[in-house]
Amino acid sequence: MTTTTRPPSAAPERQDQWTQRLRGLFGARILGLVLALAILIAVTTLLNPRFLSGQSVRDILLAAAISVLLASGMTMVILTRGIDLSVGSVLGLSAFGTATFLSEYELAVPLAVLLGVVIGSLCGAINGALITVGGVPPLVATLGTLYLFRGIVYFWAGGSRISAGDMPRSFLDFGTARILGFPYLTLIAVVMAIAVGVYLARYRSGRDLYALGSSPEAARLAGIPATRRLMGAYIMAGTLSGLGGVLYAARYGTVDASAGNGLELDIVAAVVVGGVAIFGGSGTVFGAALGALLLTVINNALPSLGIDQFWQRAIVGALIIGAIALDRIVAVRTAAAARKATTHVH
Amino acid sequence: MSEQDQAASTTKPPVLALRDAHKSFGAVQALRGAHLELYAGESHALVGENGAGKSTLIKVLAGVHQPDSGTIALDGEPVTFRSTADALAAGIAVIYQEPTLFPDLTVAENIFVGRQPQGRGRTIDRRAMNAAATELFTRLGVPLHPDRLARGLSIADQQLVEIAKALSVGARVLIMDEPTAALSGVEVDRLFAVVRGLREDGAAVLFISHRFSEVEALCQRVTVMRDGQHVSTDLMPDVTTDELVRRMVGRELSAMFAKEDVPAGEVVLEVEGLTREGVFADVTFQVRAGEIVALAGLVGSGRSEVVQSIFGVDRRDAGTVRVAGRVLPPNRPRAAMAAGLALVPEDRRQQGLILDLSIQRNITLPRARQLATLGLLTGHSERRSAAEWARRLHTRFARLADPVATLSGGNQQKVVLAKWLSTEPKVLIVDEPTRGIDVATKAEVHRLMSDLAARGVAILAVSSELPEVLGMADRVLVMREGRLAADLPRAEATEESIIRAGTGAAA
Repeated sequence: MTTTTRPPSAAPERQDQWTQRLRGLFGARILGLVLALAILIAVTTLLNPRFLSGQSVRDILLAAAISVLLASGMTMVILTRGIDLSVGSVLGLSAFGTATFLSEYELAVPLAVLLGVVIGSLCGAINGALITVGGVPPLVATLGTLYLFRGIVYFWAGGSRISAGDMPRSFLDFGTARILGFPYLTLIAVVMAIAVGVYLARYRSGRDLYALGSSPEAARLAGIPATRRLMGAYIMAGTLSGLGGVLYAARYGTVDASAGNGLELDIVAAVVVGGVAIFGGSGTVFGAALGALLLTVINNALPSLGIDQFWQRAIVGALIIGAIALDRIVAVRTAAAARKATTHVH
Repeated sequence: MSEQDQAASTTKPPVLALRDAHKSFGAVQALRGAHLELYAGESHALVGENGAGKSTLIKVLAGVHQPDSGTIALDGEPVTFRSTADALAAGIAVIYQEPTLFPDLTVAENIFVGRQPQGRGRTIDRRAMNAAATELFTRLGVPLHPDRLARGLSIADQQLVEIAKALSVGARVLIMDEPTAALSGVEVDRLFAVVRGLREDGAAVLFISHRFSEVEALCQRVTVMRDGQHVSTDLMPDVTTDELVRRMVGRELSAMFAKEDVPAGEVVLEVEGLTREGVFADVTFQVRAGEIVALAGLVGSGRSEVVQSIFGVDRRDAGTVRVAGRVLPPNRPRAAMAAGLALVPEDRRQQGLILDLSIQRNITLPRARQLATLGLLTGHSERRSAAEWARRLHTRFARLADPVATLSGGNQQKVVLAKWLSTEPKVLIVDEPTRGIDVATKAEVHRLMSDLAARGVAILAVSSELPEVLGMADRVLVMREGRLAADLPRAEATEESIIRAGTGAAA
């Protein structure tokens, strides 16, 4: 008998190629980020050789440290189809808290640091509870706590500011100390980002976050404990923002009620540019960290090139739109490729 | 399986039994006295009209819903499933009508989600996971790569991934809710081969389908449900299809509805050289007033794409479409509607309805402008018109203001039909008009189509169900790989001639 159906053994090869193509696209995002970084640094250095001086590089690494930390937490949340708009306020609350514990209550440095981090965890727990128990959409819940937490800082600070002179020397030294030329803060951020990255890639509960974002309905049917996982993600995002606040206080020495104001959108931008899908389910901390680094470098490079501040903002905006457009193109392409693959199997 | 084994299996307690289950959602009693007993090594069919409570019954067994009263017993021991995880742990795996995979995870991860093999420090051992997935796929005889993302898998492959998942948990009970609704013939055969293999290994299978030929081919026992209640359970050879249908509807049904003969009128729909690169090419045909033309062919042969392109939802690269002599501009569904075209899409939940909107709003949606007074939609005119159409189509609902999502599948389909019929189209295009709806509603839809044709509407129907095609169509167009392979008048259309044209098999 002559039939038109192909032997099924023909398929795996095609799917192999297909997987490779997908991998290639994923790699393309990371490659693109690295290339953009390299070009930006090369061009800036060419025009302004002082850009690669030790101090300038350290400034970038320090500034990127806090962004990377917050971006790692944001990645966890966005993977689940959520968002945490309160990270800037949490950072502010934790930074002001830590500074106050040190200056006013004269607590020991480790204790103050711990309390600062715990403030972040508590804020994260409030976000998580609003979203899981309260059933409030993440965008609304964290928009609310953005104002709430910021309001608490303003109330607490009452217009005052804490300056470097009020804090112990050891704490401030910690903010600028280095090992082998690398600032402590940067190392902390890198270690935390790696930890979150490994958690998301290699642990069951980490994969659950991807599953939740990829298809909440399927996650329910697969018996994934959504409430517990979402709570975990928001608490972790809060904790990392809290740690970010402690590092902020140590790095800048001067803290007032507006610390971290507006930071949340920079972090969301970094994560999206870094290839984390805004509707959840795909992306990596590595990408998000690269995104954070790229945006920090842009913020430092463009002024040193004498480029107007308006253009800096516009460039960041173009990057975000470009990143999302790229995601769409990839999605449409893969869908088309999948359609082609399936129509011929029948 | 030897006959002795079979005898032994029937004396053992059922692997899974549901007794006298009741379940209500608000005022709706979905289950009121449901029974079901599943035995190891046996395929059990569950049949019933849409809304008979089959889906609710499955969800109770799967731990999605908890019954208000009644018991579940596993190997004769009473159990309670508080969650889907409980049911899964008890060895009950469900393959839902719409597969529920994670598109962003790999196929292997989809199989092992929450149960990934762990290596040192409780990290996931990807290599072991992929090896295990490959082993499962080899056992099932499917060529899937474990590292491939689930996004873009065909429905058939998605179901096989779900079955692999069921195998991996060592499921003793496999529940399949209309698994074949979206599969082509070859895929159905492959699925059945897999299911038979599992059954021989001692699994109990619960199979839900509207297709009696499949029920007969696969199952040893059949349970009929009606209105949330158990009606009968019989060994398959002891009942005829007619008898099952009679029990499902609770009354005698005339045989498959046949279209009345109507003299064909003017040509109303003319499609010439319609082409879309890589999807279909050079499709030319005409439909006359009063005619029902079926568009048959395998799933993926381009049928739905052709009708969507005619309506202007999908792009076309070449060709013209004329309605009553007027050329339709491409890509303009609104112009198509104005010219008297209506399209009832294949996927009613995604394309045909806005599930969260009320029944009346859905029905009046295409005519919102005509019904509006001074640009404002008044509830009154909307309600009156919707009530009229809901009545004409015998739609069953609680209130017109309820969201469409609350209706059963068959009634949702009626709402989609009402929505388009109310525009009083010259040409009605229906894509799989009776997919997944029960026998009685099917007959009603057929009667409706015949009435419309008698009133001079030209109907183009995409359908995968051959009895429907043969019963309803004046002419059958058969597509194969994006081209029209045959144009068969009623006299020449048989199951054999259609399948032959659709597959290109030698005569």
